[in-house]
Amino acid sequence: MLNILVCVKRVPETGARITLTADEQAIDTTHLGFTISPHEECAVEEAIRLAAAHGGTTRVLTLGPAGAVEQLQNALAMGIEEATLLETDGGDWGPQATAAAIAEAARARAEPFDLLLFGNESADNGNYQVAVRVAAALGLPCVTGIKGIEVVEGGLVARREAGGGWEIFELPLPAVVSVREGINLPRYPSLPGRLRAKKAEIERVTPSRRSDGLEKVRLVVPAEDGRPVEILGEGPTAAARVVDVLRELGLVAS
Amino acid sequence: MILVLVEGEAAPAEVSLEAVTLARRLAGGLGLPLEAVAYDAGAAEGLGAHGVSRVHVVRDERLGDYAPEAWAEGVVEVVRRRGASIVVASGSDRGQELLAHAAAQLDAPFAANCVEVRAGDPLELVRQRWGGSLLEEARLSGPVKLLTLVPRVLAAEPAAEGVDLVVEELRPELRDEHLRVRVARHEEPEPGKVLLTDAKVVVGGGRGVGSAEGFGSLEELANLLGGAVGGSRVVTNLGWRSHADQIGQTGARIAPRLYIACGISGAIQHMVGCRGAKRILAINTDRHAPMVARADYAVIGDVQEIVPALVAELRR
Repeated sequence: MLNILVCVKRVPETGARITLTADEQAIDTTHLGFTISPHEECAVEEAIRLAAAHGGTTRVLTLGPAGAVEQLQNALAMGIEEATLLETDGGDWGPQATAAAIAEAARARAEPFDLLLFGNESADNGNYQVAVRVAAALGLPCVTGIKGIEVVEGGLVARREAGGGWEIFELPLPAVVSVREGINLPRYPSLPGRLRAKKAEIERVTPSRRSDGLEKVRLVVPAEDGRPVEILGEGPTAAARVVDVLRELGLVAS
Repeated sequence: MILVLVEGEAAPAEVSLEAVTLARRLAGGLGLPLEAVAYDAGAAEGLGAHGVSRVHVVRDERLGDYAPEAWAEGVVEVVRRRGASIVVASGSDRGQELLAHAAAQLDAPFAANCVEVRAGDPLELVRQRWGGSLLEEARLSGPVKLLTLVPRVLAAEPAAEGVDLVVEELRPELRDEHLRVRVARHEEPEPGKVLLTDAKVVVGGGRGVGSAEGFGSLEELANLLGGAVGGSRVVTNLGWRSHADQIGQTGARIAPRLYIACGISGAIQHMVGCRGAKRILAINTDRHAPMVARADYAVIGDVQEIVPALVAELRR
């Protein structure tokens, strides 16, 4: 039996270009949809698979604005059983404040979790530390960047890519693990799943916010290098010209 | 004192020397000495020439292979015993993981993936968001501050004047809980396989390739050029390619001499992965696709016709 908590983040679907709000404090999301950050979507899938294989419960948690209910519903539609929203008034919470709020929410539950799953880093802020800080606050072992989990007697075997090969970690349960995309291929929610998710009750908690030593001043979209593109041609007849370019670049013998 | 974490076994890792270069500039700006923490005496080799006056080499009989919490405890002990105010590491997998653990134990702030840091208190820095598609100007404040440097944005260079180096053993007081997580064994990479991250030519495919079978001609092209095949997040999500082949923010970051992007629109997610390419050739039906705008060369048309024609031309 595994009681699993999976922590996710709501992030905008950025497409090809990022535009900022006038105050340079956030991405202009007026015309954007939102999604679960990719590594965390895999964490959701992994939680569902592990609970199906070993029995147990699954809960998804996010810290974010009221709109993040959409991402909790996505996770419920995939097959997670219960959901918690740590509701903020929007805006970025730093990694120290985020981790403290998640640890507090985990500690508050009567039934302790056996496994807490996170994404290795969020797609947007990429702080690379929330899972580790939560583990430290709860006194649990932690490993990051994992692309394979196997439950064994008394613990976990976790695989991390390293230099084209793998590092195989062993750790006891309960534990905190952050995963990377590629650990699995997340399922699409079924129609009955979506309907169930719409009706599911979502637990709402107002988290307390501790201070954070990392403070955003403003965001900047980096300048593009503006190199002009040379159109080599249209259709298959361009192949000869492409081979000329490959020769110029020294990639094929002349 | 400023502390820099140096990875490496026989010699310091190049990405760690980049972190040393940044740490030395901060130390100079703040008038503080520069020390290092390492996990193998080999990693201390030549650090004096880089301005490091003392290296603490972490030792413990129970420490065999990598154990993140135990290794991080080495950082924590040096910070506490020697009074470090700033800790710098490379933004490698281990760099991020170790500084996250150390920051959590010290209850100190940690800024990951910095590209610029100005000496001062608080530290003013620029760090990457969205894999570098967006930058954040931020302040980092506290008695101890930790940060990692994005690999390969700052060239490693030795100090104008080297210093005498003292190498010391550090025996952290490890408890069992520090050894709960450890590498039990390794699996070596497949011999002879060209890694995406090392390939001199990469042929990448997107939705425009049309199917898993459509990658056959991309494989042929990559073989003829001695390169490797990759794909966008769309094709790994569709199951046309394994995730190990993904180029992007959640996949591989490539740095070939030429990247041939076939039927890829050029979303931010993907551009983060191929930004390191020296040259990009885009093959796309849409002349206005973002990938075409960001390429050096482009061929307009259907990947399914153009790639086989290119293979035939190379075989002539």
